[in-house]
Amino acid sequence: MSTIPRAYLLNRLLTLFLTVFIAATLIWIIPRLSPVDPAEIMLGRMAAGAGAVADSEAILAQLRQNFGLDDPLFVQYLKYLWNTVTFNFGLSTATFPTPVSALIAQALPWTLGLMILSLIITFFIGNLLGALMVWEKSPKLVRVAIPAAMVFTSIPPILSGLLLMWIFAAKLRWFPLTGAYGLTVEPGWSWDFAVSVMHHGFLPALSIVIVTFGFWALGMRGLMITVQGEDYVTLAKAKGLRPRYILYKYMIRNAILPQITAFALKVGLLIAGQVLVERIFAYNGMGKLLYDAILDQDFPVIQGVSFVIILMTALSVFIVDLIYPFIDPRIRHEVTS
Amino acid sequence: MSDMPLTRAERKRQRRIRRFDNPWLNPKLFWGAGLLLAIIAVGILGRLFWDPELVFVGSGIPKMPPPGFENLRGQSGTFANPLGTEGSGRDMLALIIIGAPNSLYVGLMASLIGMSVGIFLGFTSGFVGGRTDDVIRVLSDVMITIPPLLILVVFQSAFGDVTLTMMALLIAGFVWQSPTRLIRAQVLSMKQSGYVQMARLSGASTWHIMFKEMLPNLVPYLFGSFIANVTTSIVTAVGLEVLGLGPQRIPTLGRTIYEAINAGALIQNLWWWWGIPTLLLAVMFIGLLLINLGLDEVSNPRLRKLKL
Repeated sequence: MSTIPRAYLLNRLLTLFLTVFIAATLIWIIPRLSPVDPAEIMLGRMAAGAGAVADSEAILAQLRQNFGLDDPLFVQYLKYLWNTVTFNFGLSTATFPTPVSALIAQALPWTLGLMILSLIITFFIGNLLGALMVWEKSPKLVRVAIPAAMVFTSIPPILSGLLLMWIFAAKLRWFPLTGAYGLTVEPGWSWDFAVSVMHHGFLPALSIVIVTFGFWALGMRGLMITVQGEDYVTLAKAKGLRPRYILYKYMIRNAILPQITAFALKVGLLIAGQVLVERIFAYNGMGKLLYDAILDQDFPVIQGVSFVIILMTALSVFIVDLIYPFIDPRIRHEVTS
Repeated sequence: MSDMPLTRAERKRQRRIRRFDNPWLNPKLFWGAGLLLAIIAVGILGRLFWDPELVFVGSGIPKMPPPGFENLRGQSGTFANPLGTEGSGRDMLALIIIGAPNSLYVGLMASLIGMSVGIFLGFTSGFVGGRTDDVIRVLSDVMITIPPLLILVVFQSAFGDVTLTMMALLIAGFVWQSPTRLIRAQVLSMKQSGYVQMARLSGASTWHIMFKEMLPNLVPYLFGSFIANVTTSIVTAVGLEVLGLGPQRIPTLGRTIYEAINAGALIQNLWWWWGIPTLLLAVMFIGLLLINLGLDEVSNPRLRKLKL
């Protein structure tokens, strides 16, 4: 248990590597198949800004060279892979010449912060409620109210986000409508800024929480049903332990572990959902960056953001796979699965 | 004794027992299917009773509220547009009549293709084994991690406009993994089971074993996976539409929401513009969830004892 078997580690690493490789390749191939030329879009933007562009042929050639479009395809591909591995996604065409990696570095902390926060809250609430649904000592109200709340599970966070935005931001004006912090505060480690960030982040986080806790609750419910019939629970009851103690120390503790692997399957949808929530709240994260890039047809940014989000997903799955056997000693790393 | 005619009360009781014994007839499945059928009915009957031409831009006065409400300009709604109009004068009712079935169509189509591919690959993987199995297993493990939304964003921003069917095909490329994994796992465990061994000993062909012996046992799982994939596909399609991608010329619910957000419908209190498509999508997702919960009860008898 103390060390990870080499074969298992290699297997997981191979999956991680293949995921990133296939994603990167898809992101590279797809635009190549398209008739649209990024250099011409760039030129079109210049023309739109200035009215007319002198020497357009020369500029087009220069741009092509900058984007590396003159090399043979294979060389372009290898260069691209190397650049991707080194997080060099080129320059943004909409906010030329800002490097894409700089834009992503600005947006990533916001996305990660929102994601980790809402994930911790939903994991906690969802598992607790799921356990209470099965526990025979739960109050009647809990057993009726939770299943009713469960219908929200299926709704993507963007829909709950719209609803919350309308009620709490547009109508009641309790929370700001958009943004990640107020325009009047200076970003930094100040109290005002922290308050502003929390105030702005509340609705996006809530819209994710209310539609995702049910996923954990449903999974927990299934696991609790299994645990409920175990001999050790019967023994604990026979010993006369307090019901609450049995619930936390005997039932939830044993049921919660498989829930962690459920995360690995869900993380992709969670991140995609959050990207959309960020887009409607204009929250300064990857979602807004992606949406702005789509509006501006800013290919390097679209490619960079997509790659980084897929990388985030693959890494999360990898980490869960690796740490899972450490927290649940019943599971052995198995090479064949 | 058994020949004696049953009393009416007894017959009724027996019928009820039989009805509750059939796990396919549970209320969740019933309500879920009902909600989806209602949306399909709106799409079909709506075209008969309401003029679909009203989805065109400028067919009415922009931003009219539903009857009984007032917009910011003080205009009150009329029955010419029972659900109001959006920012460029399209009738909301016509918009959902045309748009709602589109979303379902993408979901069903993508999931159906994904499911067919999944059944094929899953059986191949489970039966053939060896290198083929390794390749299929690793590929499905890898592809299940990649969120479809992002690859599709790259695709659409490079190619521009797509048709509904094209979008469904693209999404199908990301929903074959879970049925593949599910079927592979089940096939591997079933291969060892007594009845499959028996069929094999009695000289049944591989096709017979696959489709006559194994597939019927997989039906509840397949249905469950199918419905889950319909949800994923619709979520992905709506996600694309809300980012301003997806079909540009066909009215869809996601695109209506996209236009509403961009026009500031939230601040202008034009709730019918974004709210009606949102509500309809929510109903669709709730219906799919109920079906899935109902199917869970079919495939996992332990859940039947619990009331949800």
